[in-house]
Amino acid sequence: MGVPLIESPRSGRMSPGYTRSSTSKGNFELYAWLFMRFSGVVLVVLIFVHLWANLIAGDGISGIDFGFVAGKWASPLWQIWDLTMLWLAMLHGTNGVRTIINDYAERNTTRMGLKGVLYTSAVVIIVLGTLVIFTFDPCPVIDGVATVADYCPAS
Amino acid sequence: MPKTPAGTLYRGREGMWSWVAHRITGVVIFFFLLVHVLDTSLVRVSPEAYDAVIGAYKNPIMGLGELGLVGAIVFHAFNGLRVILVDFWKKGPAYQRQMLWAVGVLWALTMIGFSIRHLSIVFGGH
Repeated sequence: MGVPLIESPRSGRMSPGYTRSSTSKGNFELYAWLFMRFSGVVLVVLIFVHLWANLIAGDGISGIDFGFVAGKWASPLWQIWDLTMLWLAMLHGTNGVRTIINDYAERNTTRMGLKGVLYTSAVVIIVLGTLVIFTFDPCPVIDGVATVADYCPAS
Repeated sequence: MPKTPAGTLYRGREGMWSWVAHRITGVVIFFFLLVHVLDTSLVRVSPEAYDAVIGAYKNPIMGLGELGLVGAIVFHAFNGLRVILVDFWKKGPAYQRQMLWAVGVLWALTMIGFSIRHLSIVFGGH
């Protein structure tokens, strides 16, 4: 009766079914754990303000269009805000999904394959989002046609 | 006591179910984040492309989806702060159940406020 004995993960006395091929050295898991808590606190502030500015203030979601984005990114504060949010949220989310894959995908090949897809997607999204923030043009000329908006210089 | 497989760590009650909810909401938010970066990236294609896709977020069905998404984010945020308190506050583990109730109350208050604002915009025929 009572709680079954569960050996510590580092005791070396785990059931063979739970052991895995490569065990990484170093304190990576400790820093990943710490990062989740640090980034989590920062993300609560970043995302709550983001939701307030986009969904509650002004006209809420009905006010969001290209001009709304252009208005926000005209300010370096919002550029840095969104850039920080992008990087922290993507790293936080990628590490969270990495943990879930490690927990549930028991076959080595399945686990490595899923994590390969995860890391590839994360790099693509982080690079894309960063480029979009830094190369954004509020008055793009597309196929020779200039964008006409009240904040664009008359040409 | 029913026979359980040796080695299980799943003990039920508030601790386990808040952990399950934290995982599910985390995955939901992560997949939305991937989509959200892609839709925002359309500002580099053309203003028309961005406005067309953002327009899809403004219909009532998507409005309810946004309510669910914000609900997931607010739970994940408040419960995440609870996890931090459990890990770093000396009395955190002793009060983890009470803190989950606090998370629930704060979540309900936040969502009542947000629902009134967001649904009146989505269904208000702005």
